[in-house]
Amino acid sequence: MMINRLKGQQLSSILYILKFDYGLFFSYIESSQYESGTGGIMKKSIIAVIVLSMAFFSLSCGQQKKEYRIAWSHYTGWEPWEYAEHAGILKKWGDKYNITIKLERINDYIESINLYTAGKFQGCAMTNMDALTIPAVGGVDSTVLIIGDYSNGNDGIITRGEKSLKDLKGKKVMLVQLSVSHYLLSRALDMNGMQEKEMTLINTSDAEIGAIFKTQKDAIAVTWNPILMNAVKTPGATMIFDSSKIPGEILDLMVVHSKAPDELKKALTGAWFETMQALEDKEKMKAAVEYMAANSGATYDEFIAQLKTTAIFYKASDAAKFSKEEKLKKTMDYVRKFSFDKGLFGKAAASADYVGIEFPDGTVLGDKKNVKMRFDDKYMQMAAEGKL
Amino acid sequence: MGKLKLFLTALPFILSIAIYFTASQIRHAENPGDKILPTFTQMGEAAYKMAFEIDPRTGERLMLTDTLSSMKRILIGMIAASLLGLIIGLNMGLFPGVEALSSVFITFISIIPPLSILPILFITLGVDEFAKIMLIFIGTFPLICRDIFLTVKKIPQEQITKSLTLGASQFQATYGIIMPQVLPRLIDTTRLSFGAAWLFLIAAEAIVSDSGLGYRIFLVRRYLAMDIIIPYVFLITFLGFVIDWSLKKFVASRYSWYIQSKG
Repeated sequence: MMINRLKGQQLSSILYILKFDYGLFFSYIESSQYESGTGGIMKKSIIAVIVLSMAFFSLSCGQQKKEYRIAWSHYTGWEPWEYAEHAGILKKWGDKYNITIKLERINDYIESINLYTAGKFQGCAMTNMDALTIPAVGGVDSTVLIIGDYSNGNDGIITRGEKSLKDLKGKKVMLVQLSVSHYLLSRALDMNGMQEKEMTLINTSDAEIGAIFKTQKDAIAVTWNPILMNAVKTPGATMIFDSSKIPGEILDLMVVHSKAPDELKKALTGAWFETMQALEDKEKMKAAVEYMAANSGATYDEFIAQLKTTAIFYKASDAAKFSKEEKLKKTMDYVRKFSFDKGLFGKAAASADYVGIEFPDGTVLGDKKNVKMRFDDKYMQMAAEGKL
Repeated sequence: MGKLKLFLTALPFILSIAIYFTASQIRHAENPGDKILPTFTQMGEAAYKMAFEIDPRTGERLMLTDTLSSMKRILIGMIAASLLGLIIGLNMGLFPGVEALSSVFITFISIIPPLSILPILFITLGVDEFAKIMLIFIGTFPLICRDIFLTVKKIPQEQITKSLTLGASQFQATYGIIMPQVLPRLIDTTRLSFGAAWLFLIAAEAIVSDSGLGYRIFLVRRYLAMDIIIPYVFLITFLGFVIDWSLKKFVASRYSWYIQSKG
């Protein structure tokens, strides 16, 4: 754990110190072993402990610029973060507020949120549902700093023959249970007056779901892009429902600890919307998309296709406006009820009101005394007004 | 000395519990809603709910359902692996033709890391029970089979010659004379293979499943429910211990000559 925190510069300096001290310490051990035989091993370990703790101590003292770690994982709506770092936008905004923002990609999406919740990261890219059920329910006061986009076809239900939701009765459905896919399925069933009990759900890793769908003749899957896009190309595959039928409900966010300093919040928001401007700019856009496509293992055209099913808020004013709409409250109400029904609030929660969700106008959904998820439009508004 | 030994045995357990308890208390003092290191009460409550309360969605007691489906998979997989391992290993050890046919192939199979073919298994065998049982089988069978083969090889050739000259058929010599001698070794090897079998079972359940102990752990991980995960880990440890212990006891009571010969 300690080692994990020390990356890059810190690690090289610790190695330097170790190397330096190791020389001294090695010569000492040699002589002490001659003197006291096997007793040297004991001394060796004691000295090693002292040297190590000194090294850690000197490290923790000698920092000037504060460093903040931000986690993200692969998803169309979050690829711009990697581009922001690549293009130097993150560094520029960090310098402006005299902080260092360290962006780290975590291979496993849920793991990235867990690490954020455990306090290893100051911020993390996640969906509205996961922000509620993992950090917020876990008592980690979190602020939705940026609403990046909503899924507008990036999530869908695909079949190999069944033509409508009614046909799913009695069938086996593969999906990552308790994820936004599950939420999508649940909403789709609701809209068709059906219940989850009528089918068997098979929890399937997102790493395998695409391949299994392609090879199993009777497969039914609920999944997201880019898996969805590839799977639906399978001969005979049909998309029977997708997230464009519930627009604005599956939100992709940048979430930070509520107690994170202003500088970090400002720098992240500033960097994000500058990146969004670059994506709107015809000249810069091509290079950006090329970079993001390559980085996410897609072709240029595939990435463009994914962007089309992602409703991105290119303008900070649109994002800020969206966060103030009444619809957001309704969406979060759906999400929290779904989460509670599925047991995502844990065994301790007695009702969906267990945690409070605060909106920009100050209204709270749920327990007012236990507000752990906050939609904050302040920084998006500042970005819109050019005040960052 | 006896007391000291007992104390030393208990010490690492007491220490780990104490460290966990302190760390959990510190985290809960900072954030009462902390989910990463749940208190013992929280774990107890969650485990109780999982074990005794009926889940409204499925109408089942989840812990029971999970345990039964996991046990079914691991037992079918292991029984199949040990039976086939016994028969093939036995014949490989006794008949040069069978040895030539399968020895190198089984050695080859045993070198393939089973988890690396997990995606292939799911794609070819589907998402049902069969793929999971197959993974357990593939992961444990080669080892059991090779171990039986080597055990049979160690039995003095004279014994086989003698039984054949005394009029036993090849079938009788194989299954009447040699097999009873390797049975305790088979149980022993199977017992030791259970560790690997659990690993494969949980890996398979984590990827594609609709019930099971590994399934539950990887499902509730989604919302960081350590209060369920930790009791489940203990349940798996407990089941593993019970299987290990009962097989050991069975060998000790049924095959005392085997225990003595091991020294």
